[in-house]
Amino acid sequence: MTNNPDRLRQNSTDPYAGERLKLSYFHERQAPLNLRDAWSAWNGFKFADYYYDTDYEYFCIRNTCGTYDICPMQKYIIDGPDALAMLDRMVTRDLTKLGVNRVTYCGWCNDSGRLIDDGTIFRLSDEKFMLTCGSPCIAWLRKSSLGFSNLEITEATEDFAALSLQGPTSFATLKAMGLGEVEQLKPFNLIHLPFQDGEIMISRTGFTGDLGYELWVEPRLALPMWDALYEAGANYGIQPYGEAATNMARLEAGFLMPYMEFNEALKTVNFEYDQTPLELGLGWLVDFKKPHFNGRRALLRQKNEGLKVKLLKLDIEGNKVAEEAILYNDEKQSREIGYVTSAMWSPAVKANIAFAMVDAKAANGEIWAEIYYQRELRQQMKMARCTIKDKPFWVHPRARQTPPSLT
Amino acid sequence: MTQHDTIIIGGGHNGLICATLLARAGQRVVLLEANRNLGGLAATREFFSGFNAPLASTLYAMPEKIVAELQLDQHGYTPSSQTLDLIALSRNENPIHIKADTIGGAEVGESTSYGDYQSMLRTFAKALAPFWSKTMPAISDRKLSSLATFGHLGIKLRTMGRADMLEFFRVAMLPMRDLVDEYFKSESLRAALCWDGLVGTSMAPRSPNQSVITVLSRMAGSHGGLHTIPSQGMSSLISALESAAIAAGVEIRTETPVSKVIVGGDEHGQQVDGVLLANGETIRASRVVSSADPKTTFLNLVGAPALEIEFTNRIRRLRTKGYVAKLNLALSSLPKFKGLDEPNGRMITADKMDDLEFAWDSAKYGEIPETPVMEIVIPSLRARGLAPEGKHVLSANVMYIPGQISGGWTAAKKQELLSRLIAILDLHAPGLSTLVEHAELLTPEDIQNEFNVSGGHWHHAEPSVDQLLMMRPTYEAAQYATPIPGLYLCGAGSHPGGDISGNAGRNAAKAILS
Repeated sequence: MTNNPDRLRQNSTDPYAGERLKLSYFHERQAPLNLRDAWSAWNGFKFADYYYDTDYEYFCIRNTCGTYDICPMQKYIIDGPDALAMLDRMVTRDLTKLGVNRVTYCGWCNDSGRLIDDGTIFRLSDEKFMLTCGSPCIAWLRKSSLGFSNLEITEATEDFAALSLQGPTSFATLKAMGLGEVEQLKPFNLIHLPFQDGEIMISRTGFTGDLGYELWVEPRLALPMWDALYEAGANYGIQPYGEAATNMARLEAGFLMPYMEFNEALKTVNFEYDQTPLELGLGWLVDFKKPHFNGRRALLRQKNEGLKVKLLKLDIEGNKVAEEAILYNDEKQSREIGYVTSAMWSPAVKANIAFAMVDAKAANGEIWAEIYYQRELRQQMKMARCTIKDKPFWVHPRARQTPPSLT
Repeated sequence: MTQHDTIIIGGGHNGLICATLLARAGQRVVLLEANRNLGGLAATREFFSGFNAPLASTLYAMPEKIVAELQLDQHGYTPSSQTLDLIALSRNENPIHIKADTIGGAEVGESTSYGDYQSMLRTFAKALAPFWSKTMPAISDRKLSSLATFGHLGIKLRTMGRADMLEFFRVAMLPMRDLVDEYFKSESLRAALCWDGLVGTSMAPRSPNQSVITVLSRMAGSHGGLHTIPSQGMSSLISALESAAIAAGVEIRTETPVSKVIVGGDEHGQQVDGVLLANGETIRASRVVSSADPKTTFLNLVGAPALEIEFTNRIRRLRTKGYVAKLNLALSSLPKFKGLDEPNGRMITADKMDDLEFAWDSAKYGEIPETPVMEIVIPSLRARGLAPEGKHVLSANVMYIPGQISGGWTAAKKQELLSRLIAILDLHAPGLSTLVEHAELLTPEDIQNEFNVSGGHWHHAEPSVDQLLMMRPTYEAAQYATPIPGLYLCGAGSHPGGDISGNAGRNAAKAILS
């Protein structure tokens, strides 16, 4: 077998080749570890929802380390003298402040200031950038580049084999793998290190809020890297984790998930069923002092007029998960004031936590969640009092510590 | 240095009208024109020693209201009341003269039909007329004034009576061909009557879209759609507009191309801050009003980086391909057209509607049509000073000539087209070719280059339903204001569109002052 993600589509004996999901560059190693065959799909790739057990994988992220396959994540290279200006006009954050070998989290909006997607931008050199995001974005990038003639946009998703390594022993694992030079790597920095006969790019980034790295190699080095990583990580509890555990870790860390906290603006049908960064609590990503960026006019208007809704972090009494709950202004459900977007019982915080979109005016009063749950097949409902949390639910100093701890 | 409140880009009639109205309201206005002559597409140019012609040779849509409001009579402009017959030329039949109410030279039945046809169109044109001089409401705008405009249109249509209103809805989007087929038999008559719905657009007789609306908007002028030529020439209109502008205090600078609109601002938003001239000079003002076409204004002068992404892409997608070429001939004497005592009308050289349709078929695939169709006037019969004594100017609008042809325009290709046109003229006016002292042919590409108009399009942007009214040139810029505070549009790319009417310039001034 080769490392070609399209290999099934080239199988002339398979009449459904074109309909099959693509296989990640790491599939050959990941598939045998997927004990439950719990596959779903992401951007046309066969993708693990979980491998063995969601909670187990979550605890690996928080207590040892785990790998998450980011081959299906969309990657674009924007290269040329106009690349910085073009991206800076597209995203709400000031990219001119982003140094070479640095990474930044950012979001981009349509003309009405509604969030299209969020992602990370890597500054690979003065004029070369990589943008990564959850959903395909090439059409928007091309539209955004109108008027910037001196750049090239390349769809590079399948040019990289990429793996996220997250958790407290992630640095120890890399060190054991012979990549100890990442010791000095600060959060959101990236470094290129030799690996076998090629190179590995390591960024100190991730989606868990924990100590962690993302590893980027050319596809031919995918399996050698996996093998070296898993050999080095054997004594550090390395374990692949899937979408479900990611979703737990990211919610604890206060990170947004597209299609949960917000609907991508370009795909939203109903008027204003998408969100602005200000509504999503991403005001810190929106820099009105930088030159023009897309959606600026609409966001300024919203800033001046005040928010109608905003995303809140809630700590909910009891232990019944408030998934899909509707929120009210009192226990008697007098007035509906919002809805929960994501919810979980957080093992690390030992709290019943949620993200919720709430009428801004109601945020100063009481918030009650109408929670439905089952007890041995019988439907139950309870009203639970919610408390607003300003900080991420879970933060740990090891996430930012440089040099990082080995445990 | 002089301080200005407002900079007007472009000295066509819309720019001049807008400048004058703003200056009269007390603003300090400077108008910048790239070319040597004012007037834009209506500027009269000497195309051969002693021979002059404007690109826009006739008037039909200029409202009396604007002439009166600007007191152009006091600045040397006298509108002509002498209308030009629309004349359907045919190679094999006698010419048909189309006047305001009657038809000469066709079967009796045609004249009766023409009465019905004109009466219907006039009813519709009258109902729509007020809306060409109004700012269109923004989509989803719930301001009282916007709702009032919608309400007014509704009342206007309803008070035509139920039957007329329903008939209006039936015919409004018809192809010209279907409409005239219902009324007339003569092939050349039908072709000539189509012309005013099509010329300057990328529509042919069979194209369903806004051709009927175009006819109706052109009928809103003083003579119900018939054309005139001022006795002092089109130049008298432009010089009167210039004189009125100067009298109002407008500073006019010609041969002053603008290379950039300067957009400044701070963390509270963008703000126009003036313009950068091609000569490197900067002129500061907090308001810039562009009569340049929307593509030129937004993509070249402002630049995409200062604009929103979806908006910029809508501007890029505007359809701006022009299909009218201009033929100017310097003639040693008056040509004799078959069947005409004097070629003192507006003559259409189409035997039948398919001549137009087939010419369009070639043009839309980037080919020069085998038999282009011409609208011919000899303005020197009406206006003094266009040609030396005893000599004449023939000015023709030629449809459908693509701006880009396969392989690109070359001198040889232009010569080939010119020969075809003169051969067609010879068929209708035998011996005309021997009178030609000089011929000038401007393709849409030439018009684009000489007059800085995207695509060389008469209307700056195709006046199709998707680019009309509150969609003109596109939403978020259809009320003359643009997404950038301080930047306005006042040209043909804005409502109600092109033709020498001045409505866009006047509406823009009103919107700015309101």
